[in-house]
Amino acid sequence: MEPLLHVENLEKRYETGGLFGVTKKVTAFADVSFALRPQTTLALVGASGAGKSTLASCIACLETPTSGRILFEHREITGLNEKQLRAVRPRIQLVFQDPVSSLNPRLNILDIVTEPLNIHRRLSEHEKREHARELLDRVEISWEKVLRNPEELSGGQKQRVAIARALALKPKLLILDEALSALDASVQAQIANLLLDLQCSLGLTYLFITHDLKMAAHLADEIAVMQNGRIVELGAAERVFRNPAHEMTRQLVKAHSGKDLTPGLV
Amino acid sequence: MKPLLEVVDLCVTYAVPLHEREVALSGVSFVVERGETLGVLGESGSGKSTLAAALLRILHANGKIERGLVTFEGEDLMQLKASALQRIRGRLIASIFQEPLIALHPAIRVGQQVENVLAAHQPASRRAVREKTLEVLRTVFATDAERIADSYPHRLSGGQRARVLIAQSIVCRPSLVIADEPTASLDSLTQLEIVALFRSLGDQYKLSMILITHNPFLLAALADRVLVLYAGRVVETGPTQDVLSSPRHPYTRDLLRCLPPIWHDGTSRKSALPVIPGDSPSPAASHQKCVFEGRCADRMEVCTAREPAAVALTNIHKVSCFKYGG
Repeated sequence: MEPLLHVENLEKRYETGGLFGVTKKVTAFADVSFALRPQTTLALVGASGAGKSTLASCIACLETPTSGRILFEHREITGLNEKQLRAVRPRIQLVFQDPVSSLNPRLNILDIVTEPLNIHRRLSEHEKREHARELLDRVEISWEKVLRNPEELSGGQKQRVAIARALALKPKLLILDEALSALDASVQAQIANLLLDLQCSLGLTYLFITHDLKMAAHLADEIAVMQNGRIVELGAAERVFRNPAHEMTRQLVKAHSGKDLTPGLV
Repeated sequence: MKPLLEVVDLCVTYAVPLHEREVALSGVSFVVERGETLGVLGESGSGKSTLAAALLRILHANGKIERGLVTFEGEDLMQLKASALQRIRGRLIASIFQEPLIALHPAIRVGQQVENVLAAHQPASRRAVREKTLEVLRTVFATDAERIADSYPHRLSGGQRARVLIAQSIVCRPSLVIADEPTASLDSLTQLEIVALFRSLGDQYKLSMILITHNPFLLAALADRVLVLYAGRVVETGPTQDVLSSPRHPYTRDLLRCLPPIWHDGTSRKSALPVIPGDSPSPAASHQKCVFEGRCADRMEVCTAREPAAVALTNIHKVSCFKYGG
């Protein structure tokens, strides 16, 4: 199948400092290439500081890569101007780690999930409301909660609202940036199941960024392991988890197999 | 010998505008023996952070300890005067909080921040304080302790900041450390390093610890005993091995089932994980029934009649559930 997203030799460098003319170049990531087939999940796994989130920002067109190409639906999206980006942005949406800071505390649920529609589509109030009802239905938030503010919802419900907002513009690609990491274990499982359901019913493609290799192995078709801004291992999820080739992956598997941690639990 | 800490019937409520007071902890009793690590397992809303704050009497202004006996080395912490309590906090009972970036002052070098704790409790010459601080920093940092002591928090990684907080907590050689989610903000590899550090400190300093977390793996690695909190109630308590490998309370059982079981053969990827239906409980004013009843797969008629009492399965493993008598 033709890939939905194709990343070629992508690199992002920052220049820091600048005081007294001394600049320091920091490479967030370099030489990153991968392809993501439609309706599949690629997990980007690695320790903090590996460059995962910066890579996600570049793919979401929130940051401009220093070099390399990103092809989305056969079209190069690097170097587009703001107007051209407006056509791409609805197709690529993000869900962040912490729903407390990613949802505006002063808006109610209805306003939160319809905000993307206000920006990108012209709909009547009635159409918007119908749209919101359908979205909240998909993420299993009951309609009675629609006028509440985020603080009145539990952590899991907030993340459901964040997912509903990401779905509002009918995206093809969802970037899940540690979207499960801040949740309790019992809620993590609920949201993981919801993401699997949505992938099936809406034909979504996921880029799942996480440091939780276990969850990556469960949700993803392929896993890319990042270390110091490079992809050090890329392969089918099952293979990477059971038969890791790179030392970094082996360490991550060790951290997650629980064998070291849990003599009794496994 | 008497336990280091004994908590009996601790009950904490929070004032909520326009509502009745919310019960955050109810009837919480446990002991911590000398040299032991007691793990407190709980999800959000279970009251686990309230527990840490209540023991040190640093609850938010709207929080109130309704009742409870907290005896630490023979003294009732709930009755102590503020000045006496001040001598205990940080010196005899130290705490490590969750978010190292918030817990550390952004504009003071971290070495100085560790020194400040020591100087507040054990006044000595600047030089002696500095030397003792470096000694502790050298035990938590294998290399580079001097350079790190001179750094500001933003120059350090998450793991390094966590180590600074640990140094701060042990610098006065406390007899009890209360750690509230000490690794929650760290990635899995750094978590392993911190686990190894706690293990070596446990041997070296003979620490007693209350380790509060939502992560069963952390408890499996570090705790001697586990206490499971749900909606402010202790639902199960026992040796770590027993509670984690043969959990008896339906909540503990279901919670452990939710973890991705990827290392087992025969579980298929991308299949639905087992879940606990419903949401974490919101603390209500009072409960006349089992707090887990609404989400429990083993619900019986009696579960709505009253709250279950703790049943001793063995002399060390207790469960509050009607399945075992209640």
